[in-house]
Amino acid sequence: MADDMIDLVVTSAPHVRKKIATSTIMRDVLIALIPATIGGLYFFGARHTLGVIVVAILSAFLAEYLGNLMFRKKSTLWDLSSGVTGLLLALVLPPSSPYWMVVVGAFSAILLGKIIFGGIGSNPFNPALVGRAVLMVSWPALMTTWVKPFYWKISSRSVDAVTSATPLNVIKLSGYANLISAFGSKGALYKALFLGNVGGSIGETSALLILIGGLYLLARKVIDWRIPVSYIMTVFVLSFVFGRDPIFSILAGGLFLGAFFMATDYSSSPVTPNGKIVFGIFIGFVTVLIRQFGAYPEGVMFSIILGNAFVPYFDKIKPHVYGVLLKKGGKA
Amino acid sequence: MKLFTYSPGGTEIEEEKWTKDKPYVKLPSPSIAVIPLSQHTGAPNTPTVKVGDHVKIGTLIGSTSAPVSAPVHASISGDVIAIEDRLCPAGNKIQSIIIKNDFKEESVEFKHVDSIDNLNSEELLKKIKDAGIVGLGGAAFPTSIKLSPPKGKIIDTVIANGAECEAYLTTDYRVMIEFHEEIIKGILIELKILNAKRGIIAIENNKIDAADLLAKKIIEKNLQDKIEVVLLKTKYPQGGEKQLIKAVLGREVPSGGLPLDVGVVVQNVGTLKAISEAVFEGRPLIERGITVSGSAINNPGNYIVRIGTQVNEIIDKVGGLNKKLRKLVFGGPMTGVAQSSIEVPVLKGTSGILFFGEEAIEMAPEEESPCIRCASCVDACPIGLLPVLIDHAYRRNDMKLAESLNAVDCIECGVCSYVCPAKRHLTENIKKAKQSILKQRKIEAAKQAAFEKLKAQKMKEKEEKEAKNG
Repeated sequence: MADDMIDLVVTSAPHVRKKIATSTIMRDVLIALIPATIGGLYFFGARHTLGVIVVAILSAFLAEYLGNLMFRKKSTLWDLSSGVTGLLLALVLPPSSPYWMVVVGAFSAILLGKIIFGGIGSNPFNPALVGRAVLMVSWPALMTTWVKPFYWKISSRSVDAVTSATPLNVIKLSGYANLISAFGSKGALYKALFLGNVGGSIGETSALLILIGGLYLLARKVIDWRIPVSYIMTVFVLSFVFGRDPIFSILAGGLFLGAFFMATDYSSSPVTPNGKIVFGIFIGFVTVLIRQFGAYPEGVMFSIILGNAFVPYFDKIKPHVYGVLLKKGGKA
Repeated sequence: MKLFTYSPGGTEIEEEKWTKDKPYVKLPSPSIAVIPLSQHTGAPNTPTVKVGDHVKIGTLIGSTSAPVSAPVHASISGDVIAIEDRLCPAGNKIQSIIIKNDFKEESVEFKHVDSIDNLNSEELLKKIKDAGIVGLGGAAFPTSIKLSPPKGKIIDTVIANGAECEAYLTTDYRVMIEFHEEIIKGILIELKILNAKRGIIAIENNKIDAADLLAKKIIEKNLQDKIEVVLLKTKYPQGGEKQLIKAVLGREVPSGGLPLDVGVVVQNVGTLKAISEAVFEGRPLIERGITVSGSAINNPGNYIVRIGTQVNEIIDKVGGLNKKLRKLVFGGPMTGVAQSSIEVPVLKGTSGILFFGEEAIEMAPEEESPCIRCASCVDACPIGLLPVLIDHAYRRNDMKLAESLNAVDCIECGVCSYVCPAKRHLTENIKKAKQSILKQRKIEAAKQAAFEKLKAQKMKEKEEKEAKNG
């Protein structure tokens, strides 16, 4: 046998790997966000909204590139995770956000939220939410200016016709009864919330479109059911306890987007199965507490960021290890 | 039919069982046989022949009086030309008997028996021990020891392991199709030795024809009340003893314990065939079935080869390589060992040999990307470990943390590395963490023993002093 036919490499088992990469997962997340993104463009008009989305994504990639340069790291653009962060950030911004603010948000998300902790996989907090939090505390007025859905169809562009409040805002200011009467009936309110025909951030208003993306991620096994289910259930039950309408409470605000796309961010959520459930319950509690007692009408962002901080503790809730509880004394 | 499986963990792997429909073909005996004196877990044998001796097929060439061991026999007839250390598939060098074939195929006379009715447990066990039988699934634990549980341990069930969950390998499947009689006989022998009530043949549902065949034979022989066939949902690593016991019986082997702690003996179907041949035909373990597969070898298939046949002879005898050989794996792709040379022999525990070309490099890339904490490894671990966190602990050299995360309970099935999207070397690092922890434990135990000894000595001195003073 000719020696040039043999050139053996020796590696440790396993000698075969599943055909999946980080970029495959991120691509799936981007696909899952398509319905909510299209919904945002439809409700709030493509003219400015599309700009917000494109600026957010491009700034995120640019920030990642500069961050890699700064820390002399190998390029991580290929993994598409900055694209996910950029898009998610855009979806949680008001449709009327000025582009310069979007750029600041995207740079904060990538550089402060991710790169300084070591890049992908090392960020303790959800980067998109870090970006949004920075904007929220820096330009609170711009971050709470909302436009009415389909404002772009309205011919008279008076301030009254354009500005609106989110349903959670209305409740905080004037109570639930006023909100229902504004929509005509409870059913009409639910329908508007489910379809997304209400004021709010670009991609957060339609529970239906987010759910479609969420179910896609569940079906593709990109995310685990534990966090979204325990989070949404907790908000449902606790809202009921506080005398709030539980159905309204889960459909309103950023809960669905937060539950399926933000709280499930890998590096800022627990890896253990039971840790995920406790994490979901924890952020559910904080969300409802902020909505009920806090100065802000919505609590999804801060509750997830707070929950992120406790992830190392949630990860201490270990699964059952085969045969270990049956361990006999003294046996190693 | 109900499908059994274990949970949590496990994954589907691409099967690539190309050789499923290739019946066993006997390869001609090799010109040289390299027979290591230790092919099992336990004490090594010492040679019972010397250089220049003539041996026949079946001649005892190595044995020991140590209890946990299995003797080795000549697999070809010819002359012993050397007794020296040779490279073995595990990567270490082992003292081996090298026999040059005279191609006369002379054999020692094997003693047949027609029935086991007149043989008691001890006699059956002796036949199995003398035949040098070890577990053929890969672990190569001496079978006679497995079948001799310590006093007080009652075995109620024998599970015949026909799961064969590794990709490429079809060794066990072919045994089940072609040697079903021997498997059933093997189970009956084990039930008699262990005085156990029931035998269960566990087969994954991607081999449903083998399950049907065995079930039919059991009914034909009217053995339904003794042996049953159980169908498992195809999932890796179901063929691991611990997973199999959980899947079939719902029992968990205690950490650090053995299947016999929960009243079970698990035996690979190939081993059962060998047991049957040892008892009824008096044949020692001198040949075995292996799967030869992979993209780089011509005529992939299932072959019966003599123990001690080296890979280079196997390549020539099956039809040669069809492209440059880049990776040679003994065993399956998930747990097998990559070889550094083609001059390694087939051992009793070799279930398959895989030949890969250039694509092997891409199949298991060296380069890692950052861990994204997706928890795929956590979901896939059949033991319930947190591979991602053990790996982090290992990389920080925090063995205390790795130990508290139960790293030593890892069964090294490879599933965590397999599912990892970042291609992290999880299994490899957990293995290393495990070795480091076990080594540390040994050191601690030795220290403790030394301390106890010193303490006892001091106490004695003190007592003597007091006695003198008193």
